[in-house]
Formats: sequence, C-alpha cells, structure tokens
Amino acid sequence: MKIKLRDPNTIMKLSKLGSFHQSKLSFLRSFLKEFKDWTYKRDLFDLNELGFGTAVYSFKKNNRIYSLICFANQLDKNERSDRVIATKWDAAFTLHDGIPTKQDIERLRNEVPKQEVGRLSYKELTLSRANKSVRIFNHVVDSLSEGNQPNISLLSSVGYLYRTTAVYGSGKFGLADRFRIKDREEIYGPFRLEMMLVYLVRQFTFDQVNHVAKSKNPKKAVSLDPEICRSLGIGNSTGLGMAPFIVNHPTLLNNWVLARETVLKEIREIKKVEKKDSDLFIEYLKKSIRNITTWNTDSEYQQKKIKFLLKDLDNFINFIEKDFDFSDEFAFNEIYLWLEKNSGDECIEYIVSMMMEPYDKIVNPQINKMSSEEELQFNIPTNRTVLELRNILEDKYKQILKIDFSKKENNQNFWFISKNKEEPRLANRFEEKGSDLEQPLAIARDIKKLYDTLSISKNSSTIDKFLLKNNHLRHVVRRAFIVEKFPYSEIQDNTISKSIVPIDMLRLKLSFFGALKFDPRSDKWLRICMFQGAPLPEQLKNYDDGWVYNSLN
Amino acid sequence: MKSLSEIDTVSKRSSRAAGFDWGVAEEVGKNTRMLEMLGIPAIKNLNHYFKIRNKKNFEKINLINANNKKTQLEYCPITAGVNFLDQVRNLENLNEIKFLNMAYPILFLPFVSRASEVVGKKILLKVDNRTFLLNFNNSIYSNSLNDGIITIANSIEIKFQENVDSFNENEWKELYELAENTFVEESDSLKQSGAGAGLTDND
Repeated sequence: MKIKLRDPNTIMKLSKLGSFHQSKLSFLRSFLKEFKDWTYKRDLFDLNELGFGTAVYSFKKNNRIYSLICFANQLDKNERSDRVIATKWDAAFTLHDGIPTKQDIERLRNEVPKQEVGRLSYKELTLSRANKSVRIFNHVVDSLSEGNQPNISLLSSVGYLYRTTAVYGSGKFGLADRFRIKDREEIYGPFRLEMMLVYLVRQFTFDQVNHVAKSKNPKKAVSLDPEICRSLGIGNSTGLGMAPFIVNHPTLLNNWVLARETVLKEIREIKKVEKKDSDLFIEYLKKSIRNITTWNTDSEYQQKKIKFLLKDLDNFINFIEKDFDFSDEFAFNEIYLWLEKNSGDECIEYIVSMMMEPYDKIVNPQINKMSSEEELQFNIPTNRTVLELRNILEDKYKQILKIDFSKKENNQNFWFISKNKEEPRLANRFEEKGSDLEQPLAIARDIKKLYDTLSISKNSSTIDKFLLKNNHLRHVVRRAFIVEKFPYSEIQDNTISKSIVPIDMLRLKLSFFGALKFDPRSDKWLRICMFQGAPLPEQLKNYDDGWVYNSLN
Repeated sequence: MKSLSEIDTVSKRSSRAAGFDWGVAEEVGKNTRMLEMLGIPAIKNLNHYFKIRNKKNFEKINLINANNKKTQLEYCPITAGVNFLDQVRNLENLNEIKFLNMAYPILFLPFVSRASEVVGKKILLKVDNRTFLLNFNNSIYSNSLNDGIITIANSIEIKFQENVDSFNENEWKELYELAENTFVEESDSLKQSGAGAGLTDND
C-alpha cells in the first residue's frame, strides 16, 4: 500500500506546527547519536571558591576537536535578567574550533561575556550565555555542602540549574560562517554545534555546583548524585527572535518537515508490524505520559493544550489496549486514521513522534537530509510565465488566497527589527509607530498582492517582464518558485493577523531541537528544558536512546 | 573580521534603507557576500554609492539592449544589474552588450557573474581598461581585482563566450591515446558475457 505524504496546506498551518513534539529526528537526539563515540574531556577547570573563573571542555575524534570555553562571572542579583535586553549573565560560553591557545582564551575572556557587543572570530563556532536558577542552584549547594542530596521534587519542578537566554551560530558577531564547516560529516544535521554547546554547558553546571559546595564545606560536602544530574537539563528562554528564522529559511523548514512526513509515510506503509516494535511503541508511550503529567506551566493556553492532550492520550491508550490488534495489516496506518477521526492536533502529532521510536532504520536515513543550501534556490527563473506563476500560487497557497487583507484584523501586526538589540519584534500597526520599516515577513499578504497583480497581467508574459513593473513583489516571486519545488517550505497562515500566536512558530522550531515541556510565559516567549534525562558525557558510549522517557521527572 | 553572514545582512538592510525593494535588497546582500568572499571590495563600493545616491540621481534602466547609452545621468549599477540578470536569457542572443556611463561598476559585476551561471556560458566583462572573466559564478579572473572604489565606468562591454575547448583536436587525441593505456583488451569470452549479451537488439 502506498500512502501519500500529508497535505502541506494542512500540515503547515501554524496551529498544526505548534503541536509538534520532540522525536527521534530531533537535533539534540541526533547530536548524541553522532557524538557518542567521541572522546569527552574536561581540559581546564579554574574556578575560585565561589565558582567564578574559566573552564574548558572538549569532544575529540581523530584530528577533530571542539572545545567549549566557559566564563563564569559574579553577577549582582539586580543585573540578572533573561530578557534579550540584559547585558550581563552568570556565565558566558563559546564553542571553539580546535584547542584554544592561552591567547585565544584571553581574547575570548574579553569578548564572550559581552555577547552581542563582543567580537568573535572565524575560530569560534557558537556563542551563548546563561543565568542560574538561583533558588535551585543555592539549594543544591547548601544540600551538598552539608553532605546531603538535594530535594528531588524541588529540582523536578524546575528541571535545571541554569537556563540559556540565547544561543548564536552561523556567522553572528564574527563567528565562523557555515560555509567554512558545512562539509564536516559529523555536523551534517542542523544545529549540531549549538546542541554540543548546550550539552557541554549542562555538564559545566554540574561541575560548578559540586565545586562550590566542596569549597563551602570541604570536609562534609558530597557530589551531586549522577542519577540526579541526569534528570536535570538546561533551561532556555526563547522569544520572538527565533520566529522569523523559519520564514527566512524556507528550504531548511521544508527539509525538517519533509523528513518528519517521510518517516510517518514509511511507517504507515509497514504491512506487518513486528511484536517487538509494537511493544516498544506502547512501552515508550506509557512511560512518556510522565513527561506530560510533570509538565508545569502557568500559561492557560498551554494548560488547556496539556489537558486535551492527556484526555486524548487516555482515549488512545484505551483504544490500543481494548480495540486494537497490532497483528492486523498496516497497523500504524490504522492507528493514524483512528487518530485523525478521534483526536486533536496535539495528540496526533504526539503519537506521530512516538511511532518513530522503534524505527531507526526509517528515521536515520532522513537525519542527514535535514540541512539545506538556501543559496541554491536563490535565483528567480525569469523565463517562466505569468500563467505558470499564477498556477503555482493557486496550487500552493489555496487558503492564503482566501484571506481578505482589507480587513483590519487580517493586517493588524507588523514585524520589525528593534534598534536596541537588532532582534525581530511584532507590533500592532494601528497603535505603534514603525510599520513603514516593516520586515518582509508578511508572506501571506504579499503573496495575495502578487496573485492580484498576476491576475491582471498577460498570461504569456515572462517573469523578467513582470518584474520590470513589479519589483516590489520580487521577494515573494522568489518564494513562490521555491515552494513549487519544496512543498513544506511555507507556513500556510497569516503571520500578521490579529489572532497570530507567535509561540506556535517558536514551538515548531523547538520541537525539532528536541525540547520538552514548553512553558509559554506570554504569547511571545516561552521557557523550555533541553537534555533533561540525557546521558552524561561519561555515559555516552553505551546509552539508551529511550532516555527521553526514562527521566526521573 | 566581519563574517559573510554579517556582510550579507547589513548589505541587504542598508539597500532597503537606501530605497530598494526588499527583493532587490536580497540580491545586493548575496552579491556583496560573494564579492567579499572573493576578495573584491564590495562593501567599500556599496557604502560609497549609497552616500552619493543621497545627493545625485541615477538612471534606472529597464529594458536592456545591445547599446545602452545614457549620457545625462549615470546608470544605477543595481537596477542595471537586476535587469541584466532577469533578462539574460534573451540578452545572450546579442553578440555584445555595451553600457556607457555606469556608476560603481563593481556593484554590477556580481549580477553578470550570476548571469554566467544562469546561461551556462563564461562572460567577458570589460570595464574601461579592466577585464573580468566570469566563470559560471564559480570564480572571477581579472587583471584588476582590488582597485578600491571605482566611481564610474565610461564604457562597459559584455561578451558571452561560446562553450569551446581551449585546446586543439590533436592535443586532445594525444592525451586520449595516453589515457587508453589504462584500458584492458577484452577476450572473446568476456565479450560474449558482457552487458546485453544473448539479447536481440531488434525486439
């Protein structure tokens, strides 16, 4: 039986994309898989008794070395902020290509703590900073220094000792451009080096908390239990800065979603599901419920989503246990069809992720296809005709062409770059100044304008002639020819409407990162946790890929 | 040192701020990145052009012909470049294309380089006494790669190079014969069992 890929007009709606969950395709999981046989080392650990100083960690294989350089600084409590407008952090990090020299470390000591206003070099690959969860960090120090392990339920309620507030790569602030490193096989998957940075930062947080506790009470202190370490991850606060990324990288977005859709299609096409595979699916599904029941958030929006997810999952498990037989042909296809009829998007996409768990053979070939070369699709095929372009729009933007942009609610917001931090922001065009400096992120509106203009143009005219009079639509002409070849490259929604939920865009990206437990703090930013439950560096060689579902939390 | 990503982003945003449409600004970003990667001073020229553009008008050419002579105003290299790139499939039928009075010709150069890739032909570009050979947007050979800011080209000539060999038939034959020394003579039995053996080709 041949199953069709799911329709991009449905899948690429923001409400659907905002229901995606981590899976075997997620970048932090594929990072661990790729680097599991690399040699991990703590090369330098030069902190004072309060935990301030410098540390270096590395991963090495053959002649390739990546080094994380950590600078932990004293921070006044009034200076600690997760907002992007902050200028100081508890710790700052960079991933260096190779072994840093003393001169490199001194150079970076001056630049890395400054973050956006510092200058990095082509020898640095990623840059980040993080703040302590002061309450948790101090509790752990106090407990360990008295010879006790910390309160696990308190740790579980937060899930991390530190949270990063930004992770930068690919040429930002002088960092190495992607073209310098893109041919390295170990980083074929997207965001590998960003994942490495976050993973090594996590280890630094454990080493730092142990060091401070030991310094506080050398005779009595104990180290944090490795099992507790495993149950902690790294928090992350993420705002709107991440949202335009998926609009500005259409072929990359396509490749992420296409990989997911291809895996789902191939799983649905399995005629005979082996018992060991259905058992693993059910085992992980049941274990994973714990991740949901310990999913803390004050957001009513997310609480509602979690409530419906739990209810749908309960129904689904009931169905699987009472009414379903995995020995039937095309069992996963039957499951999928049942979900479409009986569950909401959040649950459907949750189970889609779970279906991947038994199938390394299907998932692994897709992982290295998730990067992209946007430049290759940049040139506009100007020899094509107006009619061809109009046909593309009618085929690929069906829903978008129905939107009436003369209505205020469909044209309410605009995206701009803030002067303070050079970060993308969203504002109401009828209340705020600056809409004349709008970024080209209102794709739906501009596609509609393009369609209207094409409709009064001569069908046989070529695009070079069309652009002579309509270069103001050039950016969307380019996109339309991209979406013709890359069906999942475009969000099928209006990103400037009154009802836009920007965190759906963040959630899409974070689910591909592998984040668990999204915690929206408003409709424009959220907190997440990464690597919670992941093996520690010394455990990587023989780790269980089901770690996501084995968390103590 | 600025990364190419920063160069792309700042060039794009400054082009937009200078009054170009977003889609055109995207083209300028990619072009500047490419030239700077090749060591050609794009940022210097772009910055200078945008400063002058505030004080002076430039001719925005639309349809490009074999001879483009605007003597009153200098041609805007970005508008000329975008239209050259867009129209190149028609322009390649012309033997030679000339422009008189093109401002900041370095900014026109990357559009021609990209056009070379689009039509699959090398393009020879003469900017007064400077010569650039544009190789399918993979590389640029020139007798003048780093002349700093060039504010004006009195004359620009563009010639599409036919895809021809750089060697004669005899030189090819001699090298081919040498290469044949890596081949093995097949025996009759090997010929009998080769691909397609036993089938009729007339079915």
